[in-house]
Formats: sequence, structure tokens, C-alpha cells
Amino acid sequence: MSLYNNLIYLDNNATTKVDEKVVEAMLPYFTEEYGNASSIYDLAHTANSAVRRSRETIKDFLGAKDSKEILFTSCGSESANTAIKGVLELNKTKKHIITSKVEHPCVLNLYKDLEKHGYKVDYIGVDSNGDLDVQELASKVDKDTALVSIMYANNETGAIFPVKEIADIVKDINPETKVFVDAVQAAGKIPINVQDTKIDLMGISAHKFHGPKGIGALYVKSGTMIAPLIIGGHQERGKRAGTENVPYIVGMAKAAELAMENLDDELTRVKRLRDMLEEGILTKIKNARLNSTAKNRVPNTTNIGFLYIEGELILLHLNDAGICASSGSACTSGSLEPSHVLRAMGVPFTSLHGSIRFSLSRYTTEEDINYTVQTLPHIIEKLAKISPFQKELGEILNGKGC
Amino acid sequence: MWEYSDIVKEHYKNPKNVGSIEDADAIGEAGALACGDALKLYLKIKDGIITDAKFQTFGCGSAVASSSILTEMIIGKTVEEVKKITNKDIADKLGGLPPEKMHCSVMGHEALEDALKNLEGEEEEISDGEKQAPRANKDKIICNCFSVTEKAIKEAIEHNGAKTVEDITALTYAGGACGRCKGNIQAIINTYNMEAGNKKEELNAVQFILKVNKVIEKHIMPELHKDCGGIELVNVEGKDVYVRLTGTCKGCRNSNLTLKNFVQAQLREHVDNEINVIEVE
Repeated sequence: MSLYNNLIYLDNNATTKVDEKVVEAMLPYFTEEYGNASSIYDLAHTANSAVRRSRETIKDFLGAKDSKEILFTSCGSESANTAIKGVLELNKTKKHIITSKVEHPCVLNLYKDLEKHGYKVDYIGVDSNGDLDVQELASKVDKDTALVSIMYANNETGAIFPVKEIADIVKDINPETKVFVDAVQAAGKIPINVQDTKIDLMGISAHKFHGPKGIGALYVKSGTMIAPLIIGGHQERGKRAGTENVPYIVGMAKAAELAMENLDDELTRVKRLRDMLEEGILTKIKNARLNSTAKNRVPNTTNIGFLYIEGELILLHLNDAGICASSGSACTSGSLEPSHVLRAMGVPFTSLHGSIRFSLSRYTTEEDINYTVQTLPHIIEKLAKISPFQKELGEILNGKGC
Repeated sequence: MWEYSDIVKEHYKNPKNVGSIEDADAIGEAGALACGDALKLYLKIKDGIITDAKFQTFGCGSAVASSSILTEMIIGKTVEEVKKITNKDIADKLGGLPPEKMHCSVMGHEALEDALKNLEGEEEEISDGEKQAPRANKDKIICNCFSVTEKAIKEAIEHNGAKTVEDITALTYAGGACGRCKGNIQAIINTYNMEAGNKKEELNAVQFILKVNKVIEKHIMPELHKDCGGIELVNVEGKDVYVRLTGTCKGCRNSNLTLKNFVQAQLREHVDNEINVIEVE
């Protein structure tokens, strides 16, 4: 039995519980079907066909045309690095990149590095709802633009960006420009059909949809050329060397299969629970403000700021109450800077440092949400008493504030 | 997550002495909402003894714990005893803090210092002067997160040519964590630049000429010699420096470029920003 039987896990955008069916599907490939997928004997054939079937599943999961368009990687960061560096390596004369201010750090830090090597990067802003300024993006595309890289859904607010439209706009202006979409936070939460779009590359990571950590995939549209990030053997058609990680590839495919089966649940029940949580908190806690107000949002995410209370302190008290959530104020993540996403949205300092992300999954129950909605107001009330901003809090709690 | 000691956990879970004192004898403040940390400390003092202390903190677990334990450390102590408390004492009492969280103990110490300063400010002026002395000390710590001193920052400016706060961060780490000291770092850079500027202005006419001559000999001549050229200082009038180019430089069609882009730039950099170089035949 788990040590954490009563744990309420509302941090599914950080990582998810691996589905037991996924573990079950993976296990034989460790000890029985352990062959190297590239070898010639029967044992290897089993592994090889498992990889082939898995590639088909991921193809369906992303709505790609051909399983040859699917590349297995070790994680979302590797998918992003392969896509970005792979495109730039083959387009060395073009030195312009467009991305957003709210991308995941794994992408942003890569661009910061590329800037040191002669690339010009435009970072497109978002409005106070977290919606991307698509017009600004369009205005930046020119003949020197090698790559446009936009996330499908934001990890902190859940905002969905119109990646299909963005790809259309970009290709209209410059058909040579490649479009990479980081879909790590979208996969398993909303339907994806990449073949209907002009997107060239799309990355995902298994552990965000109840698969194992350490495995990801990259969609590379037929005809889009990339240079390999990892050079070595001929695996993945020369685009990613390294012995195929058969059990994890099988695990990711199983997780994708289950995610497709559960997509309706995600879009209905999980969304209803998320809305219950959001409404419950906003109704019961007067100094709570909703940060995730984007036009379109993934169904499992909400981000709420608590005025005049610091985020880590809220998380520590939630943890003591058996609830896992995460903070926009990155005090928790080892860096002391507040969230770059909320800052880009212009969230005021009064709630910037006190913003909490709750992210649900198909394992979240109504009891979990009820308990959280009951518990959180007590925590906030207790912490409000410690705050030096008593006058300001008093005005809000007594209904005089804005 | 941070690895907090059991004492830290106990203090953020059940902080002691939370609240305000309406008729406080001294109030100290540190931090600001925008920085993600703010602390208000209230003291009640009778006959030089702190009889009560309360706090209000906006901050993370270790910030609350630092404030809470600080109140416990000072209640019942004399003002003189309390003055000796350092941020390390606060952190030690908590069973240690993660390095990135040391600034929380510093904030506690700053609020205490601020409260005591307010108290002394009412009593007598002299103590204020005494407090100024250690503040001017070059060993004063500017970045509490990485324990970087004012001296280290000045050295980075002087020896490594740091010009911006980012340069200082890259060289010394100062300002790289919570960023609260960035304003102070900028102030040190500004002061340095101002002092450097003042030094140039303080020169009298003779010193000015000597300095111009020295820069020509040391920085300019060697470079011109490489191209078999040369330069002579002819006259100085105010900020106008008259020179004669010799050797291959004489009559060279690039001589005007040499004068403005190199000679004048060097003199402006090393002597005075307003120097104007004029060529004479």
C-alpha cells in the first residue's frame, strides 16, 4: 500500500502518476522481451515490433499522417532541443527566431544560449489573460526567420495558444520558416491533430500523461529536414542515435492509448472538477484572484493568486494538510525569481508572489476537490493574520477593496 | 522542496508572537512586497529590556520561521545584548537554513537593526553617527544571498571593468538570487563613476597638462610608433589639446580619424570627457 493513501495530488502539470496498466505493459520488456530492437534474431523481432506498434500509437495520438514522422527521444527537453537545434543546423544562413515570453524554461534557456551564438530572438508577449499577441508575432516574421516556436498550452496557466492559426500565418508570410510546437502540456488534455496543420515539429513527454519519466517523442513532418542532436548509430532513421528504450517506448504508447480513451473524461469530468475548485476558492476566499483567464484553457489547470500572502508558505501549509500543488512564485523551485509567465501577464506584485497552480488529472476525485475547497480557506485565513499588510487585507476582506 | 530543519518547520507551522503592538516603543521594517519578502517587527522596551516583541511577515516558510524565532531570542534581553545578534545567530538557532534562504535570516536582522536605530534616533544623535561608521566599512555585505562585500563589488568595477549590475552578477554572483541588492549594487556603480569623474575634475591646470602628456606618452605614442608615426603635445588651452602629428602620421589621409577616434578617445577616457584634440601644422 502507498504511504500517501490520503494524498491529494493537484500538481499534474509537474508530473503524473504512472497508470498501472502502463507499468504492466512495460514489465515484460525488461526481463523477458529484452532484445535489442536492432538485432536480427526472434527475440529482437518482438522488441522491434513493439517499437513499431508504439510508433503507430503515437502517430495516432498526435494525429500524424505517417508513423515515420514520429521520433522517440528521452524527454520533452530533448524533443525541443532536437527540433530547434536540428532545424537551425540545416539553415545556418538564417539567424532569426520567434518565440513567446512564456515558453517553458527548457526552451527559453536554449534561446538565451543561441542569442550568445549570433541568433536574434524575438520574444512575443501575452496580455493580462495570458493570451498570445498573434499580431505582434505575425509582424516579426520575415525572410530571415528560421524558426517560430510556440507552446501549445502553457504549463502555469493552462492557456491554449492558437498554434494551427499561427502556423498558417507564419507559412503565409514565409513558407521556408519552420514551426515548432512544444505540446508537452497539451498532449492527453486536448485532442491533437497535427496533420491538419502546417506545423513542422511537435514535442511531447510521456510523464505528463500518466506514462513514465525519461521518454518523449518528436513529430517531424515528412519532408522537414533536421540534423540529429545525438550522433551515433542508425536508430530512428539516423535522426536520434542510441539503442531504442523499448520498455519506455511501450510505456509511452500505452499511456497515449489510455489518454485517448480518457480524453472525454478529461474534457468533461476533470473540467467540471477544475471549475468546482476554482469557483469554490474564489467564492470562499475574498483575497483570491483568478490568474488563468485565457480564452481557451486546458481542462485540468487553474492558477489563482492570493493577495498579500506568499506562495511557498501556502504550499507548505497545503502540504501539511496532505495537498500537493505548485507555486508561481518560484521560491519553491530553487530559483527565487517570481514566475516569468505571471510577470509577462502583468500580474501585480500583490498577488504575484502568492500565486498557486492547481492541476488535476483523471485520478482526481470530487472528494479531493471538496476537501481542498474546505481546507484552503482556513489556511489562507491563518496566514493572513501573519501578513504585515493588515490594513490592505482588512479592506479586501471587509469588501471595501477593489 | 527545500530541506528545512524541524525547528524551521515548527516555527512556520506554529509561529510565535504573531501580530502587532499598538503602543510599540520601536518598529523595524525590512524587505518589500515587490521583492517577495517583507517583515515588520514591533518592540516594547522598558528600562533597556525588551519586554515584548511581535512580528508580521510576508514571506516563505523560512522567513516566517526567522521572524518567529527572532522574537523568542530577544524577549527578556537587554537592548545591548540584542544589538550583538547577527543573522547567523538567527539561522543557527533555527538549526540552519538552506543557502538560498539565508537572506530570510538577514531580513530578520535588518528589521531588528531598523527597530533599534529608530529607538536610538529618538534618544541621541551621536549614536546615529556611530552607526554610520560600520555602514561605510568596505567589508559591509551587500548581497546577503551570496555574502558578497562592497569591497568585492568595487574590485569588480575597478579591476574587471564591470559597468552594469549584470556584469557584477556575472563576476561576483551578487544580485543573482533574490535580487534585492540590485539597487545597492547600482548605487555603488554610480558612486564609483561619480568619484572617478570628480577625480578628473579636481586636476589643476598644471596637473591637467602633466596628465595629458603622460597619457600621450604611455597610451598613444606606442600605438602610433607601430606605424612609424608620432605625436607631439603643442599646447593646452582649457579642454583644447593642440598636437602635432609626426613621422608617417604627418599628412596621412587618415590622420583626422587617428586624431578623433584614437588620440581624442584615449585622452577623454583617461583624463577628461570633454577634451577636444586639435591638430596644428
